[in-house]
Amino acid sequence: MTKKIQLSAIPYCLWLFLFVLAPIALLVYKSFFDIDGNVTLANYGTYFTSWTYLKMSVNSVIYAAIITAVTLIISYPTAYFLTKLKHKQLWLMLIILPTWINLLLKAYAFIGIFGQSGAVNGFLNFMGLGSQQILFTDFSFIFVAAYIEIPFMILPIFNAIDEIDGNLIKAGYDLGTTRFQNFTQIIFPLSMNGVRSGVQAVFIPSLSLFMLTRLIGGNRVITLGTAIEEHFLVTQNWGMGATIGMVLIITMFVVMFLTRERGSKA
Amino acid sequence: MKRRFKFENAYLIFVFALLYLPIFYLIIYAFNKNGNMNAFTGFTFEYFQALFADHRLILIVVQTFLLAFLSAFIATIIGTFGTIYIHQVKKKRQNTILSLNNVLLVSPDVMIGASFLILLTSIGFKLGFASVLMAHIAFSIPIVVLMVLPRLQEMDQDMINAAYDLGATQRQTMTEVILPFLTPGIIAGFFMAFTYSLDDFAVTFFVTGNGFSTLSVEIYSRARQGISLEINALSALVFILSILLVIGYYMIMRSADEDK
Repeated sequence: MTKKIQLSAIPYCLWLFLFVLAPIALLVYKSFFDIDGNVTLANYGTYFTSWTYLKMSVNSVIYAAIITAVTLIISYPTAYFLTKLKHKQLWLMLIILPTWINLLLKAYAFIGIFGQSGAVNGFLNFMGLGSQQILFTDFSFIFVAAYIEIPFMILPIFNAIDEIDGNLIKAGYDLGTTRFQNFTQIIFPLSMNGVRSGVQAVFIPSLSLFMLTRLIGGNRVITLGTAIEEHFLVTQNWGMGATIGMVLIITMFVVMFLTRERGSKA
Repeated sequence: MKRRFKFENAYLIFVFALLYLPIFYLIIYAFNKNGNMNAFTGFTFEYFQALFADHRLILIVVQTFLLAFLSAFIATIIGTFGTIYIHQVKKKRQNTILSLNNVLLVSPDVMIGASFLILLTSIGFKLGFASVLMAHIAFSIPIVVLMVLPRLQEMDQDMINAAYDLGATQRQTMTEVILPFLTPGIIAGFFMAFTYSLDDFAVTFFVTGNGFSTLSVEIYSRARQGISLEINALSALVFILSILLVIGYYMIMRSADEDK
């Protein structure tokens, strides 16, 4: 009986080897080759001795941390308030809807909004503040990245808060907690797993948003993702690109480790 | 109490405005006579006409949908049989396969793109439609597995045993018991795979080469050259389509829930 079903699972197993295991192996393998195809450790050497690469990596992590923090600050109250609404699932769906619109289109909208004579500058002029350079700054990059990531942060936090047993909150009030204590002692700790998965869902992609750094950051902001794209598609130095890729993967695992779900259900 | 409630509502209105204003900004300016996204001077359908007259763009839209449909279709078949296989293996092995399955879901898209580029070129694949299709199938399979597996876990093993007891062959059990029960999960998986493919930019950008372009890649290269209201017109259409897809998806999910 099992034999026949195994047969239909062959494409899936092939996929596991060819598109999950092989690419990782190839990436590691490639990182030991220089641009002329010689086996070398030079890529790692260059990476760890070059101030430019190290600074770029640290910057990239800092940008991702800022984006995650901004997103979290906006999303947590939103998720919390949403759980109290009457038709909460419908409202949640409206939060998710913008994620179905192509990311490039959203970035493109901000080119218009933040542009020299765009809506924001029009408003600033109207207020008598004069035009500012908004596009191609750190601010615009962080703003647009946070804008794109907000729904991915709201969703897990919403689910975590929504799952909290209402009796716990009532019990808190019965024991004489104030509204504020009730939030800090009961709701917030119980929603931490949602916050962790939200941080994970935002931080990791934020390291690699190369299209935003190009369109909105105007090549001023360089992240790990931008550097990888540059090495693979522009300078064709795949070895170095793969090396930076390894750095990105390691960063990813660190983030996943720090934000792993903690089992103890206190 | 009442005032507090007002603050909460005001905050939510602010967030919803933040999320939707840029999208509406984009769509409204698609009708702008002025030809830019700065001042709205008058109403026109000019850019929609230009859009429909732009054969290259129309071709890209068709290609993008064909790609999304094909990749979602193939990924759904592979993923569904993969899920049935995962469900059968022993617990320990199952966990290993599932964590491997999820690798592509958590990896940054740049990494997926770069590693697929190395893979496809090292096995001598020519970059173009075929390579993009392979990449899209590859990153859609884990999504399908994730949508089908919960449904399979819900399934009562006795139903399968009963089918065998009643003399069904293995093939009949599969087509008449297991697959019909999984259908809602399979449809959801197909839908998700379809939208992932439509939305993807980074992976496609890495493996596409010169000859083939999808909508995302085309928007990227046009946006790098500045504003063109044809893109706004296109985004208006894409927005309507997205809403229709979401409605369709929820209708299917709803009827699946009622089946239970």
